Amino acid sequence: MEIKVVKDIMGANDQIAQKNRQLFDKNKVFVVNVMASPGAGKTSLILETIKRLKGRVKVGVVEGDISSSLDAEAISKEGVPVVQINTGGECHLDASMTSTALDSLPLGDIELLLIENVGNLVCPAEFNLGEDWKILISSTPEGDDKPFKYPLMFHEADVVLVNKIDLLPYLKFDVDAFSKTIKGINQKVKVFPLSCTTGEGVDQWVDWLLGQVRG
Amino acid sequence: MHELSITQNMLDLVLEQAKNAGAKEVGKINLVLGEMTGVVDRAVQFYFDFLSKGTAAEGATLSFKVIPTTARCRNCAKDFELGEFDWTCPHCKGNNIEIVGGKELFVESIEVE
Repeated sequence: MEIKVVKDIMGANDQIAQKNRQLFDKNKVFVVNVMASPGAGKTSLILETIKRLKGRVKVGVVEGDISSSLDAEAISKEGVPVVQINTGGECHLDASMTSTALDSLPLGDIELLLIENVGNLVCPAEFNLGEDWKILISSTPEGDDKPFKYPLMFHEADVVLVNKIDLLPYLKFDVDAFSKTIKGINQKVKVFPLSCTTGEGVDQWVDWLLGQVRG
Repeated sequence: MHELSITQNMLDLVLEQAKNAGAKEVGKINLVLGEMTGVVDRAVQFYFDFLSKGTAAEGATLSFKVIPTTARCRNCAKDFELGEFDWTCPHCKGNNIEIVGGKELFVESIEVE
């Protein structure tokens, strides 16, 4: 006997993501899922963002890593609430892991939650966490061909931050062509070129983010 | 390796559907995989063999229908498969495109006894 199913395999994750979403809405938390390959600058970007938002918006952080709590320690020095999720081998965060982490955060006292996903350009794109925005950091040393190799990630991103633009003089990375490629398949995307090392472009990103949080 | 959790989700879904139908055994699972999802059929098969042990779906055949990543030009409305290093429309050379296929990831049907 054949049974027609036609059900999305990600349905179970999406249901939990929806519950997270309701919790965020209830507590009026704006949530950003930060994704990138390892070494693109996720933690640096989060640190630079927190520093510029001090006294302006109450920030919380969820740190997702396969192992170690190095990133969470660096962030807790900034005096913001942070929870570390060690996925124990899983290459992405899912809605259920995020839900568990939320139990340890004072959500009522957080206006902006930054979730640092596991460094990976494939798997995190599949798993909704209940976020408002998916942010992708793509750093210049990775090359400007990444959209062609990881189309889903670039298709799903609401914002692409092109990090390490201070290295552009040493690299063959065409920021304009890169932006044009992404915008071709993703009309909603915002692109911000910046450098967490020199600070160039970071204020523009943070001001824009602040505008989104205050809605 | 998102295939591990994806396969677990798929298996849960299949077992639930089989149980609802009062089936004892799942013989075949027909899956639809979009190329853009990056889900590798061989990896799904590998995890499935392991995860399904001792369940009603143990030994079931997995069938994969792979959907290529397909774009539609917003300028001339023609469909085309996304090129490896070129995302412009082969018909009008426009680069304002919409993805219309390749994101699928679902269980189409199951065959049970």
